[in-house]
Amino acid sequence: MPLTPVLTQRWTEPEPWTLATYERLDGYAGLRAALAMEPDAIIGLVKDSGLRGRGGAGFPTGLKWGFIPQNDGKPHYVVVNADEGEPGTCKDAPLMMTDPHSLIEGIVIASYAIRCSHAFIYLRGELVHAGRRLEQAIAEAYAKGYLGKNVMGSGFDCELTLHRGAGAYICGEETALLDSLEGYRGQPRLRPPFPATHGLYGCPTVVNNVETIASVPFIVRHGVQWWRTMGTEKSPGPKIFSVSGHVKRPGQYEVPLGTTARELIMDLAGGVRGGRSLKAWTPGGSSTPMLTDAHLDTPLDFEGVMAAGSLLGTAAVMVLDDTTCIVKTALRLTQFYAHESCGKCTPCREGTYWMVQILQRLEDGQGTEADIQTLLDTCDNIFGRSFCALGDGATSPIVSSIQYFRDEYVAHYVQGGCPLRSAAVLA
Amino acid sequence: MPLTDDTRDKARAIIARYPKPRSALLPMLHLVQAEEGCVTADGVAFCAEMLELTKAEVGGVATFYTMYKRRPVGDYLVSVCTNLSCQLLGGEEVYARLKDRLGVGHDQTTPDGTFTLEHAECLAACDFAPCLTVNYEFFDNTDPDAAVALVDALARGERPTPTRGDSVSTFREVSLQLAGLGAQTDAEGGR
Repeated sequence: MPLTPVLTQRWTEPEPWTLATYERLDGYAGLRAALAMEPDAIIGLVKDSGLRGRGGAGFPTGLKWGFIPQNDGKPHYVVVNADEGEPGTCKDAPLMMTDPHSLIEGIVIASYAIRCSHAFIYLRGELVHAGRRLEQAIAEAYAKGYLGKNVMGSGFDCELTLHRGAGAYICGEETALLDSLEGYRGQPRLRPPFPATHGLYGCPTVVNNVETIASVPFIVRHGVQWWRTMGTEKSPGPKIFSVSGHVKRPGQYEVPLGTTARELIMDLAGGVRGGRSLKAWTPGGSSTPMLTDAHLDTPLDFEGVMAAGSLLGTAAVMVLDDTTCIVKTALRLTQFYAHESCGKCTPCREGTYWMVQILQRLEDGQGTEADIQTLLDTCDNIFGRSFCALGDGATSPIVSSIQYFRDEYVAHYVQGGCPLRSAAVLA
Repeated sequence: MPLTDDTRDKARAIIARYPKPRSALLPMLHLVQAEEGCVTADGVAFCAEMLELTKAEVGGVATFYTMYKRRPVGDYLVSVCTNLSCQLLGGEEVYARLKDRLGVGHDQTTPDGTFTLEHAECLAACDFAPCLTVNYEFFDNTDPDAAVALVDALARGERPTPTRGDSVSTFREVSLQLAGLGAQTDAEGGR
């Protein structure tokens, strides 16, 4: 399967982040076309394209936009979720660094479609380099009339504010993001009501991932038919896959949805490095159940990965070779969730904390047979019982690793230590 | 450095960006760190007064987010990613060597106030693993030797060039950028 560079097509150009390069390469042509359309027609176009959210959940973007009530007399908001930070996920940072104007163009189109006059980018704080790049691009866009009052002479006004977070993975959860943007602790809100009716400042709000919004100008410019030439019926379009871990060529690979894991990992990313063999991989970041070499022919689209027992998530493929300790892997990821749990609900806050203790005990060779069942029971009490998807995601590495590598867990307490590698150095 | 009228002017500029003032709280806490080196009691009171919040409300927010530091941070905050993709390729070894070299552990500062070390959760640079940041500027594809050479160069007063930016700022300088103020130069290269 060849690469299909759409969102990444400008990445190899000289200085692709400048407005001059962007305009030379068809930039803001999508916006020009959009401003000549009725806003509802744009929502219809995005619906017809089948574009699904690239931030993990895969919710149909056009449908989300269509939920925004119109003529309600309230301000509407577009908020871009650029709070990238799940282990394995590293696509939005290079997109914003390399092609920031595609994001800005998408924001203006989305704002026009849902009748929003003030949009926000919620950028993960740690990505200061992307912040500088966006700041510069936003200033260029204002200067050329792509943002601000009377965008491109259309009479439509669109302000854009870049807002930096302060270090909290939970703010990638859309309602926690909104609370954070309002100046509160980033903790998820009870739903319903959903952001489409009660979002930022209690007003109708669309929250979309960076890659989702950056896809929009291409769809408007080139049409639904073209978009649907890539991907599958239910998961159309190209997707940026982030491949990391034990592969020869880690990186960002934009391929049609439905490309198999074998093509992505073994061909494009060069396979497992150092002559080792594949042990496990995640299809969509640390919150998606890991799979094994038996699943390499899984088509990487929302349906295909689900049928294999996992989730496409953010299409962040982390590859583990056969020297990797699976208990250590589960421990490290669970430490992440324990650190990032916002503390609002008991199952996630307490569950992640105690699972770290149990996994550490197993990894140190101090565990017992009962620990495996305690882990599974704890996961059972977190999954579906926590306030938001962070808790659900925290169970994925544990449940899936026990499912596929139970023998290795057993070996840890039978042998009194990790059969594969020595203990952690973190203190 | 005390919070001055100039700080108030900066805070007002931040507040003006938002439809509702409280949205300015996160960038204002970055501003406080730019002025004070961490989130101090004075900084909390400052935000509370400017936004007509209680100090408890501001404190509740300041203690929630990892990037707000309650103790003075060194000139260089060195954050080593030890999460999965980096860990698979040696992130923990990078962290261990820096701990050894700097003589401090997680969230601790060297006695001379030059370095604060931390092991970080995923820094979204998994394809450039292992990575570390110095005041949030990325050094990609690092290893223990390169990391030690980096902090040694910083200790000598040099400012090594990060992988994705044109220079390393001090913690206070980068905090001003995080507040959406400060020099937003973009002379750097690609990703």
